[in-house]
Amino acid sequence: MLYSEKVLDHFSNPRNVGEIENADGIGEVGNAKCGDIMKMYIKVDNGIITDVKFKTFGCGAAVATSSMATELIKGKSIDDALKLTNKAVVEALDGLPAVKLHCSVLAEQAIKSALSDYYTRQGIDPLPIVGEIGECEHCH
Amino acid sequence: MEKRFIYADNAATTQVSEEVLNAMLPYFRSEYGNASSIYKKGRDAQKAIEIAREKVAKAIGAQPNEIYFTSCGSESDNWAIKGVCDKLAAKGKKHIVTSVFEHHAILHTCEYMEKHGYEVTYVPIDSKGLVSPEDVKNAIREDTAIVSIMFANNEIGTIQPIEEIAAICREKGVIFHTDAVQAVGHVEIDVHKMGIDLLSLSGHKIHAQKGIGAIYIRKGLALPNYLHGGAQERNKRAGTENVPAIVGLGTAIEIACTDITKKAEITTAKRNRLIDGILQIPHTRLNGDRDKRLPGNLNISIEGIEGESLLLMLDMNGICASSGSACTSGSLDPSHVLLALGLKHEVAHGSLRLSIEDDIPDEDVDYILEVVPKVVERLRAMSPLWERIVKGEAIGN
Repeated sequence: MLYSEKVLDHFSNPRNVGEIENADGIGEVGNAKCGDIMKMYIKVDNGIITDVKFKTFGCGAAVATSSMATELIKGKSIDDALKLTNKAVVEALDGLPAVKLHCSVLAEQAIKSALSDYYTRQGIDPLPIVGEIGECEHCH
Repeated sequence: MEKRFIYADNAATTQVSEEVLNAMLPYFRSEYGNASSIYKKGRDAQKAIEIAREKVAKAIGAQPNEIYFTSCGSESDNWAIKGVCDKLAAKGKKHIVTSVFEHHAILHTCEYMEKHGYEVTYVPIDSKGLVSPEDVKNAIREDTAIVSIMFANNEIGTIQPIEEIAAICREKGVIFHTDAVQAVGHVEIDVHKMGIDLLSLSGHKIHAQKGIGAIYIRKGLALPNYLHGGAQERNKRAGTENVPAIVGLGTAIEIACTDITKKAEITTAKRNRLIDGILQIPHTRLNGDRDKRLPGNLNISIEGIEGESLLLMLDMNGICASSGSACTSGSLDPSHVLLALGLKHEVAHGSLRLSIEDDIPDEDVDYILEVVPKVVERLRAMSPLWERIVKGEAIGN
């Protein structure tokens, strides 16, 4: 299993680890049985994601993709965050081994799940904005 | 704490020892003859092979003419299963008995045989990682060709009741094979006394090089050839002999089996210190029977964390370890061995295997006991699963 230097860097020094008290949105995806759970917390101000934190149970790639995903949406608008694809996360990490690509999918879903929760808390139906958050293919 | 380098994955492979390398070296350059050649250079190579064969035989209580060199433990396993099936096919014996937690070299060979019309019974293991001889007895049928139960498990290190199982097979007239790749050189083995018909072993687990193995085939049990070609290995296994590797295996097994009991005692004491130390971490459990296990093996499940992350972080601290079998690392499913023990998936994901030897310095044991809890704490701090375990929302085993 060959991980890129970037993956190893984000694994050993993960950015934005932790929780946000009074978060505006919290999303959780994955399950313990598959060996990956990602939980993402966001703070939103005027449509901008001002802060983001994560907690992840999973392999090196799961931690690294969580870390990179938080970096990619921090300070960005909700619109930009919704456009973030798992592919962009993989590219930013200089690639992932094929068997670990599902981790990047989880990272994308974790962000969408947190944004979905944000809209729900605002009394807005998230479905037309965020869309369906698919299940990880690897798990099903 | 100063960073150290500790290789604690000897069940995956070992370093070729200096003695082994020195014994091998002449056979690369000066003694390069083909053992099948008639002239002195060839005869010298043949002599070296026969000396190595004697050493392997002596180490497991066999006769030299019962030992055949192969390329690896997997080849020996394949030869044993397929050879016996082939031999007894005409008698209508198309049933195999093995266990659920064998190495893939056995399991995948059995699956292959299933595709070729064989039936396989996979006997279970109990919660301590042991096969019950009674289960083996009950699984044997009129048409059983072979029983194959590993001597010691590669992941959890549990040592099976081989003598009892062999006795049952003898009584029932069924051929008994054991994959002893993990056991040879670590526990005493006497194939004749134990009633073993076939035994697989490998060089690179006992400080010989990779790519050399052997099989013991009890005298009188003529197994059909697996690899066809030249007349090497008394017409049984074709292919020009890998003389340096064979010489290395002979030296390695001789060294490994010298003072085996004394070394096992030393290793066990150090291993137990590691077990007791790591089990101080809350929400951990030892996998496999504590006493009926290989001296150097420990396998502990650590709840709330995932194994690969643990290995990466240990690696950053200079510790080479394993999470379940190295062969499993290409797949995402937790180890079949840990699942067979009855562990939940999420607990099986977070297992740590260390495999040490008698020469591990006490300072290294101290270092592992310092690093592991710190790494676990760090990973648990970022684990949403651990959060739930602490709150009592998720329970492990």
